[in-house]
Amino acid sequence: MWAGIVFTLTSTLFGQKIDLPSELVTEEQDRIAVIARASQATVCVFDRNGEGGGSGVLVSPEGFALTNFHVVQPCGKFMKCGLNDGRLYDAVVVGVDPTGDVALIKLFGRDDFPVAPWGDSDQVVVGEPCFAVGNPFLLAHDFQPTVTWGIVSGINRYQYPDGGILEYADSIQTDAAINPGNSGGPLFNRAGEVIGINGRGSFEKRGRVNVGVGYAVSINQIKRFYSLLKGGRIVDHATLGATVRGRAGDEVRVSNLLETSDAYRQGLRFDDRLVKFAEREVSSTNQFKNILGTYPREFRVPLEVERDGELIRMIVELAGVNDPQVLDDLVHGDATPRDSENGESTDDDMDELARFFERRIGFANYFFNRRERERVWSGFVGARDVTQLAGKWQIDGNSGLGGSQFLLDDAKSGLKTPTMIELFEDRGAQTALESSGPESRWLAGMHLIRRLIFRGPERFGDLTYGGVFPLPERKMNCEVLTGTLGSVSVRFYFSQNLARLECVEIDDLSERRTSRLWLSGERTDQLWPLSSEMEFEIENGPRQRFNQILLDVANQKQETPQR
Amino acid sequence: MIGRKCCLGSWNLVLRLIFWGYLSWGFCGETPTGWGQVPRIDNPVLQLKQRVVKIYGSGGVRGLEAYQSGIIVSENGWVLTVWSHVLDTDRLRVVLDDGRTYVARLHQYNPRSELAILRVDDQSLPHFDLTRGAVPNVGSSVYVGSNLFGVATGDEAVSVMRGVVAAIAPLDARRGQFEIPYRDTVVILDVITNNPGAAGGAIIDARGNLIGLVGKEVQCRRTGTWLNFGYLLEQIGPEVRELIEGAPLKTTSAGKPGEPWTLELLGVRLIPAIVHRTPPYVDGVKMGSRAAEAGLLADDLIIEVDGKVVAAIDDLLRVLEGLGRDSSLRITVQRGGEFKTLQLRGR
Repeated sequence: MWAGIVFTLTSTLFGQKIDLPSELVTEEQDRIAVIARASQATVCVFDRNGEGGGSGVLVSPEGFALTNFHVVQPCGKFMKCGLNDGRLYDAVVVGVDPTGDVALIKLFGRDDFPVAPWGDSDQVVVGEPCFAVGNPFLLAHDFQPTVTWGIVSGINRYQYPDGGILEYADSIQTDAAINPGNSGGPLFNRAGEVIGINGRGSFEKRGRVNVGVGYAVSINQIKRFYSLLKGGRIVDHATLGATVRGRAGDEVRVSNLLETSDAYRQGLRFDDRLVKFAEREVSSTNQFKNILGTYPREFRVPLEVERDGELIRMIVELAGVNDPQVLDDLVHGDATPRDSENGESTDDDMDELARFFERRIGFANYFFNRRERERVWSGFVGARDVTQLAGKWQIDGNSGLGGSQFLLDDAKSGLKTPTMIELFEDRGAQTALESSGPESRWLAGMHLIRRLIFRGPERFGDLTYGGVFPLPERKMNCEVLTGTLGSVSVRFYFSQNLARLECVEIDDLSERRTSRLWLSGERTDQLWPLSSEMEFEIENGPRQRFNQILLDVANQKQETPQR
Repeated sequence: MIGRKCCLGSWNLVLRLIFWGYLSWGFCGETPTGWGQVPRIDNPVLQLKQRVVKIYGSGGVRGLEAYQSGIIVSENGWVLTVWSHVLDTDRLRVVLDDGRTYVARLHQYNPRSELAILRVDDQSLPHFDLTRGAVPNVGSSVYVGSNLFGVATGDEAVSVMRGVVAAIAPLDARRGQFEIPYRDTVVILDVITNNPGAAGGAIIDARGNLIGLVGKEVQCRRTGTWLNFGYLLEQIGPEVRELIEGAPLKTTSAGKPGEPWTLELLGVRLIPAIVHRTPPYVDGVKMGSRAAEAGLLADDLIIEVDGKVVAAIDDLLRVLEGLGRDSSLRITVQRGGEFKTLQLRGR
């Protein structure tokens, strides 16, 4: 370096051209290339009148782009997006996360949009370089985004709710300039991978302009919500149903607990010390809030606590932070006049897009949920003609009680064990659940599977695409279809390649008892879409499981289809 | 003509130095870093994280922050920071990056430089070595660590920014209408470091050597521009050592000897205490009074009475209550950009 400076000094004094070290030239060239790629994937978001707006980043070639909820919200259902190719594209809102200030939109007009690669925000270290791309002060009339360079100033920052429900947990702090209009735009690491979505800053007396303190929602948080957003949902963040308090010596203990929470049902108790949450060590209340704040509602996560020297492990389903109706009102309640029923825009381009929007309570745009549900279902069923499976199902198995047999057809569902016979008319799973024995729950599970296979998601009843949820027992993530029938709620967990149905989870909403039907083994038959083995598990109160029975479906007999 | 060319040349030089300073962080270790690798800038940043502390004290009302920054300057518990309302409490806390929390005591401070020394009770703290500070050049790359906006809480490390030394020059600044008495040479940075809570943070070079201490939020006296300045370690080093070696401040008064002094007896009228902790500005002085005799003037800001810091009217009244009217009073005031110590006769 000193040699370089001396050289620079000399060459400056004598007015000569200087040769830079080749590493520097390469580094600069690489940086220019990375920034050029990053700029291509950055979106300038405008409302339909081209007045308000912000930034965004494309994450899929078919046009899905991430931005902030507070950027999308004033735009209504549709927006205009400029890319650095100089063109303006139409876009529609897909899913929103009002608490985490994230939104997913979809651009139309190409199927080869330039895409920014996802980074891993857990690997981000303080001091590493990063850069923000976006449209500060909406000054890019030609949609060439602005690039600002800086370093990561802080990680795992928790920003308290700002009067409303907005909460930034586990966010990345940077001194790269984040100004109004940068909102929703990407924060990149030096390799050009997205590590966060810029959305907030600390401002002071100098007004709403950068003072070197901007915050980005970490991309790893967004990864957990991404499939839910893609399913058109208004997503919610999670709470444990318990409050914790930090004590001396890095202890975080349960200080209050809702008895209606799943955490309580799974055995969490007052004064338990949190050891691990979602496989991450818990060292302070702040850090716990940080981790918790990045999880979606209804995720089931492993929890490890210590009580009287004993380590206790449980899997807990997280509850939602906000009332779903409140979220829905927030998203749809104060729709801008141009989006209201009688004030439809006269913009012809937008009217063409109207078919890409479907209103339903709890969803930002139900159109995309329908699409995702169809993708999962057709992926699972594949080319099979499931109508051939109509007629009677007979599944023989060896339960702990001895030989058992399921018999299901269009009219009735029955289960025969050495000690008893259960038989139900096809009035739904609710009937089966209303009777007391565990066997009836197995029957309910089989009944719901059969109903899904024959009716398909459209005619199943109320069945929507849930998103990608963890299945901690199997240490995997699954595509989930979720539905309700009467007082029964059901979730079908499919492997992410959609090859297998892994688990059917049945919740009796009135009793809050969960039963799970586990499927394992290979899919042996070309026609039969399920795996060869099933295992039933019923929760009957905190941490008590009983009657796990393996049923062998390998010798299931298939009768001639009746239709 | 020649002069002009020289001028251009020197600008060119400055720009080149800035350029080299900017790149130098990539070259500060043994081998150059490749693009895309995890950068080796961790180390200086690690120094900041462990040695810059979060300080919590009084404030939290009417836009006054209850937090600021400080740096640990010895393994046995000396913490350097700047004097502010935050320190004006018995319940001062110092928090390290790993969440370790100490009750701190204000040991000494200098109202002119606004430097202050706190003491915490520990013998093995990570610290900056004041004898091994670095002298920066214009154009050098620096890292700044501070508790700006109080965003780092609990076991979170302070915020880190990167910038370049833009100038090294005497400070000529004001805070609101009042001139800053400190006129020594300071370092001016190109990055917005002097944010709420940042005062007392550390400025280090790319090798992790301490350069200086982040100052408060001030504006250039002439242009009103917000200045991002830091005290230079080479300027303040001797004073910091004096503060450390000085006797601890007396915090409590020993009873009430005789009848106490009152403002009326002294002939001083203060501005009305309209807000919480209104500073004791003199509104008027009664002719012929002890205060007038000693030369106290309207608009003086009373800073110390008999060696005790009075940051607010409440403090002043409390201190006066503890002082008998038989003895004389020593009052230090700030008048414009200067400090004056006045002696008021006893009865």
